[in-house]
Amino acid sequence: MDHLDELENQSIFILREAYKNFNNLAMLWSIGKDSTILVWLARKAFFGHCPITLVHIDTTFKIPAMIEYRDRVAKEWGLNLVVGKNQKALDEGMNHEKGRLVCCEALKTNGLHCIMEEHGYTGLILGIRRDEEGTRAKERYFSPRDKNFEWNFKDQPPELWDQYKTSFADDTHIRIHPILHWTELNVWEYIQREKIPIIDLYFATPEGKRYRSLGCAPCTGTIESTAKNVDEIVEELKNNTTTSERSGRAQDQENTYAMQKLRARGYM
Amino acid sequence: MGNNGSTSELSSRLLRLVIVGHVDHGKSTLVGRLLSDTGSLPEGKLEFIHDICKQQGKEFEFAFLLDALEEEQEQGITIDTSQIFFSTAQRKYVIIDAPGHKEFLKNMVTGAADAEAALLMIDAKEGVQEQSRRHGYILKLLGLTQVAVVINKMDLVGYDEKVYNNIKSEYTAFLDSLGIEAREFIPVSAKLGVNIASLKDEMPWYKGPTVLNMVDQFEKKPPPDHLPFRFPVQDVYKFDERRIIAGRVESGKLKTGDRVIFSPSNKQAVVKSIEAWSVPEKPDIATSSESIGFTLDEQIFVERGDVCTLMDQLPIVSTTFDANVFWMGQRNLEKGRKFTIKLNTQEVECEVVEFKKAIDASTLETLTNQDYIAKNDVAELTLKTRTPVAFDLFGSIATTGRFVLVDEYDVCGGGIITTYTPATKSDKLRDEVRTRDFNWIKSDITPDERAYRNGHRAALILITGDPGTGKGPLARILEHSLFQNNFQSYLLDRRNVNLGVGADLDDPKSSGEGESARRLGEVAKLFLDAGHVVISTSNAFHQEDQADLRLLANPYQVVEIQVGSQSSGEPDLVLSLDEAQNAKEASLKIQNFLKEKKILMGHNYSI
Repeated sequence: MDHLDELENQSIFILREAYKNFNNLAMLWSIGKDSTILVWLARKAFFGHCPITLVHIDTTFKIPAMIEYRDRVAKEWGLNLVVGKNQKALDEGMNHEKGRLVCCEALKTNGLHCIMEEHGYTGLILGIRRDEEGTRAKERYFSPRDKNFEWNFKDQPPELWDQYKTSFADDTHIRIHPILHWTELNVWEYIQREKIPIIDLYFATPEGKRYRSLGCAPCTGTIESTAKNVDEIVEELKNNTTTSERSGRAQDQENTYAMQKLRARGYM
Repeated sequence: MGNNGSTSELSSRLLRLVIVGHVDHGKSTLVGRLLSDTGSLPEGKLEFIHDICKQQGKEFEFAFLLDALEEEQEQGITIDTSQIFFSTAQRKYVIIDAPGHKEFLKNMVTGAADAEAALLMIDAKEGVQEQSRRHGYILKLLGLTQVAVVINKMDLVGYDEKVYNNIKSEYTAFLDSLGIEAREFIPVSAKLGVNIASLKDEMPWYKGPTVLNMVDQFEKKPPPDHLPFRFPVQDVYKFDERRIIAGRVESGKLKTGDRVIFSPSNKQAVVKSIEAWSVPEKPDIATSSESIGFTLDEQIFVERGDVCTLMDQLPIVSTTFDANVFWMGQRNLEKGRKFTIKLNTQEVECEVVEFKKAIDASTLETLTNQDYIAKNDVAELTLKTRTPVAFDLFGSIATTGRFVLVDEYDVCGGGIITTYTPATKSDKLRDEVRTRDFNWIKSDITPDERAYRNGHRAALILITGDPGTGKGPLARILEHSLFQNNFQSYLLDRRNVNLGVGADLDDPKSSGEGESARRLGEVAKLFLDAGHVVISTSNAFHQEDQADLRLLANPYQVVEIQVGSQSSGEPDLVLSLDEAQNAKEASLKIQNFLKEKKILMGHNYSI
């Protein structure tokens, strides 16, 4: 068993625990590489099927190619997809010019809030990873959120021997993070091994630019790169480990504890 | 799943290393220094930390690299465990920085539970403190014995060898009492980078490895493939025509064609296929830590919690065992209160029946006359579960010999199973039943074929209640009306069993501790095997006898009908005294219940 097998087996175990313990379960699919491998892992866990509903939060500012890819893959893989939007905020003209953190919270966090309430999901699977940033490094695989969506990071449940928090009070929900223990390089190595069809925004354009992390068009920048395919991205990451993956994500750089504040209030 | 026969093996896998010790002894600083001295930090990260420290008017703190939460940086302590990735020239690591404050023990446990090696930090100036000892004890309980001790802040004691030696001998004595042997005691200054990545000149008297050399010498745990096969069932899937038993191999190996047995139900079948999606080749073998799924040659009833093993390597099945437990709950762990035990995928109500020894984990002193333990303490105790669980001793198969305790919504304790003595009568009987089931010669006619012919499944209907409540007449009417509906019913009267099968028992009621119930159960089992609906009544049955009857009748269904409201256990159906008086009506009600339970299905019902 190599390190990718080890990661895969652990993630499958977690997905199956989630599926067994939550009657109303959903999986957030941002179309990015991380949540796309989550869908792939679900199909591994459930032997070719994805019995978990996928939720996509549409901020309407996503890069257009992402929506095209989403609809195509959902059809090919036979996925049950629900698209959520914070229509009220959009109608009131919310966008990143009102402040990046304000916009993220309104369109993403509250957009998620709306759809969770509408469908009554009690378990939500997300593709966050510990190596992305400091507060995610402190996450649990099964992480409770209170009725206001808040993350009480100062009092997290113990997690040992793969026994997770699966019982919880009404009005609260659990965030489930099956690939918390993967790194960015692991994700690409896995895409390479499994030949997962990933959106081509990650590949370098002839002008030598590529996205390393995907989000809304106004707040997501490209990096200098010549990596035109998965193999080349794996090589690029092996050789360059000194810039942060989320360096192209403007909301992270807003202030010192930006991500902690966003996440404490229910951001992914 | 995954690539079988992969060659990259252990060297490519991460080693999980946890840093533990008393609060403020420098754990986060050590990790920050390791990252920085090995060039593992992203560009701009150190400058970023410099800026934060400046903003807060503080001296530069390596700890801020891990203590990412605002509260942690303001108070200068680690609240929650952090996991970060790190590489040396030798291999890759996940470093787990555990909090040292007593208040956050549960976060320390979370960090340490899955680690393969530990560095335990002691402040040279403060010496061995409360959490130095408590963390040592917890490591032992978690089965983590690959430990090195780092004596930090040597710069504050003038790099004095005597200070080092005193701490070393004091802490060695403590570890000895736990049965842990530290691999090394490394004197360092994490803040100044002395003996972290390279040996510096400050302590020429120290000839051992640096911290970095030490961690590279830790060994990766080999997978437990050589141990008996253990597979706790996680779920059963029926997404398509396949009925797949899903779960993770906790130890040992499984091949297609293996005959497997599920505990505690003792059901058996042969593995028909090991299923996998999107793999180069369909696997025919699975080894430990693989999350797999397989199909069986027979459609036996299997559910989450069952433990699948091979025939000749059975787990222990019991309701009672001894364990060492550490407690993290706000409320005490006390005798008599109900908790939920989660043991692999089994989840059962349980309680502590005896505290053998309550221990203050920071001193290892026994807390005398204490029938509880409070937060942060440990105990040797006896647990009793409501229904039998399948397990192993932690010493023989660690992954199936450990559990957590849940109080309301939260995991509040963890434990390892240390000993098991088949002391109770039920344990003995369970072992007998198991042997009987293994050697049972099966008819060529399957239970399903009999059920199809008879129009019902085999079941034992047990009518219980106080004397004079009309159980006898009700049983007779039930037998008769089932018979009139062309069902195979038989009223098995305990007195008749005692007349013949039990003729050698002097006084069936008092002799042999339930021997009479055992014989009744074995006779009932024969009728059940023949496909009958067996009816029996009793007021003399104690709770224990009923449990024995259920054990003996397994895997056939037992339905308890209780007459009157005095609860004697957990009846499936309760009839009031008035209802029982009208035996015909009552019999009808029972039959409807049996239809609901899909025991009576009617003739020509296709199964």
